[in-house]
Amino acid sequence: MATRKGRYTIWMEDPPSIISSACVGGKMEQEGPLGNIFDLIERDSYFGQESWEKAESKMQSLAVHKALEKAGLEGDAVDCAFAGDLLNQCISSTYGLRGMGIPLVGLFGACSTMAESLAVASVFLEAGAISRGVCCTSSHFCTAERQFRYPLEYGGQRPPTAQWTATASGAALLAKGEQSPFVRAVTIGTIEDLGVTDANNMGAAMAPAAAMTLEHFFNDTQTKPEDFDLMVTGDLGRVGSTLLRQLLLERGYNLEHRQTDCGMMLYNPQEQDVHSGGSGCGCAASVLCGHLIPLLRAQKLRHILFMATGALMSPTVVQQGESIASIAHLIYLSSEKSGGPLSC
Amino acid sequence: MELTPQTYSQLVKEASPPSPHAKNISMAFFIGGGICVLGQAFIYLYMGLGVPKETASGMASITLVLLAVILTGLNTYDRIAKVAGAGTLVPITGFANSMSAAALDFKSEGFILGLGAKMFIIAGPVIVYGISASILYGFVYWLLGQL
Repeated sequence: MATRKGRYTIWMEDPPSIISSACVGGKMEQEGPLGNIFDLIERDSYFGQESWEKAESKMQSLAVHKALEKAGLEGDAVDCAFAGDLLNQCISSTYGLRGMGIPLVGLFGACSTMAESLAVASVFLEAGAISRGVCCTSSHFCTAERQFRYPLEYGGQRPPTAQWTATASGAALLAKGEQSPFVRAVTIGTIEDLGVTDANNMGAAMAPAAAMTLEHFFNDTQTKPEDFDLMVTGDLGRVGSTLLRQLLLERGYNLEHRQTDCGMMLYNPQEQDVHSGGSGCGCAASVLCGHLIPLLRAQKLRHILFMATGALMSPTVVQQGESIASIAHLIYLSSEKSGGPLSC
Repeated sequence: MELTPQTYSQLVKEASPPSPHAKNISMAFFIGGGICVLGQAFIYLYMGLGVPKETASGMASITLVLLAVILTGLNTYDRIAKVAGAGTLVPITGFANSMSAAALDFKSEGFILGLGAKMFIIAGPVIVYGISASILYGFVYWLLGQL
C-alpha cells in the first residue's frame, strides 16, 4: 500500500515495476547525442499525417504500441492509461489513444506530465486499483510553436534563454512484479511562482518549483543528494539548472556533479540551435523511457531521482500580466526493489 | 537570503546569458540595408525599362513582398531572419512574411476560420495602429493648416 512519508512524499511499500518502455522522436532528436535511444525515428515532421497535431497524436500511439510490443502485450492487457501533453484539451493523448480501448486518465502538468503520470499510475497500482498501467506523454516542436508562440515560418529571433520543444514521445508500462527498475517513492510538487513573466525563460520560471520539490523530498525522507547516483530534472535547460543548483546550495544541498537535465542531454548545444536546451513533455519522457530506464535495468544506475518540471503557462493570462506558475513532480527510481538510501 | 520575486529576479538576470547585441545590431544593419539596396536596384531597373519613378517605387515594393512570400513558402525566410533579426522584420518584407507565415500555418484549420481569420494575427496590430497613427497625423496636419 502507498503510504505517506512526511508532508509531500508517497512511499511505495510494494514498488511498482516498469516492465517496458519505448520512445519515438524526430529528425532533430535523432541528430542529438541521444539519437540512438529512440525505438522509432521519423524524419518527416508530419509523421505521414495531414497536420502537426495529428502527427503528435500519432507519436503517442506509436510509443504506446511499441511499449506494449516490447512487453509482449496487447492493449486489452492494460487497465488504464495515464497520459497528457502540452496542447489544449490534451488532444495528442485523446486522439493518439483513441481506438485502443484503454480507459484514460488525462493529465496536464505541462512538461512535468511524465513524472505526474508515473506518480498517479504508481499509486493506482499500489492501491490495487489496476494491475497494469501505461504512462505516456508527448510534445511536438511545431504544435507547441503554433499554440504558444508564432507561426512556424515567421521570421523572428530567440533569446539565448529560450528552449527548443522536443518532437518526441515516451511511454512506460507499469505493473506489479520483480522486473527492474522500480518506482520507490514519489513527491507531488507544489505550485511555485517567483514572478517570472518571460515566456522565453521557462527554465528560470521552473527552477524554484524544482528546488522546492527536491527539498521536500530530502526533508520527508531524511536523505541528501549524495545518497543518489543522479538527479535528473526534466527541461530546466542550462539557465534553469544553474538556478536550481544555486537555490539548493543556499538551502544547504550541493547538487554539483550529481544533477543533469533532460533538456541538456537530448541536444548538442554546440551544433544544434537549441539555445538553453530542450523542453516539452516529450523531452523528459523520451530521455526517461529510452535512456534512464534501460540504464537502471542494466544496473548502470541504481538510485536516481527523476524530476520533471512544468511551466504551467497560459498565453492568455501571461498577456493579462500574470507571472508563470510552475510545478515539479519527483519520482525516486531504483534498480532494486528494496534497500538503498530510503529503506523503511 | 530571503527569496522574494525581487531577489530571484536578480539571480535570474545573473544566470541568463544576454543576447549578442553587437552581432544582432550589425547583422540587422547590413541585411536590412541590403534589402533596401535591393529595393533601390529594382526601382532603377524598372525606371530603366521606362516606368515613371513613382510607379517604379510601388513596383519595387511589390517585388520585395513577392520575394519575401516566396522565401517564406520555401522555408527560407525564417532562416535568414534568425540571423538578420530586425533587418528582415522592419522592411516591407517582414510584413509580407508575417502574413504569409500565418496563412501557411493556419490553412490546416480551413480557408475561412483558419487562413482567413488568422492571417492577420501578427500583422493585424501593425495595420490597426499604423492606420490609427496616420489618422492622428492627418488630423494634426489639418489643424496646423488652419492656423
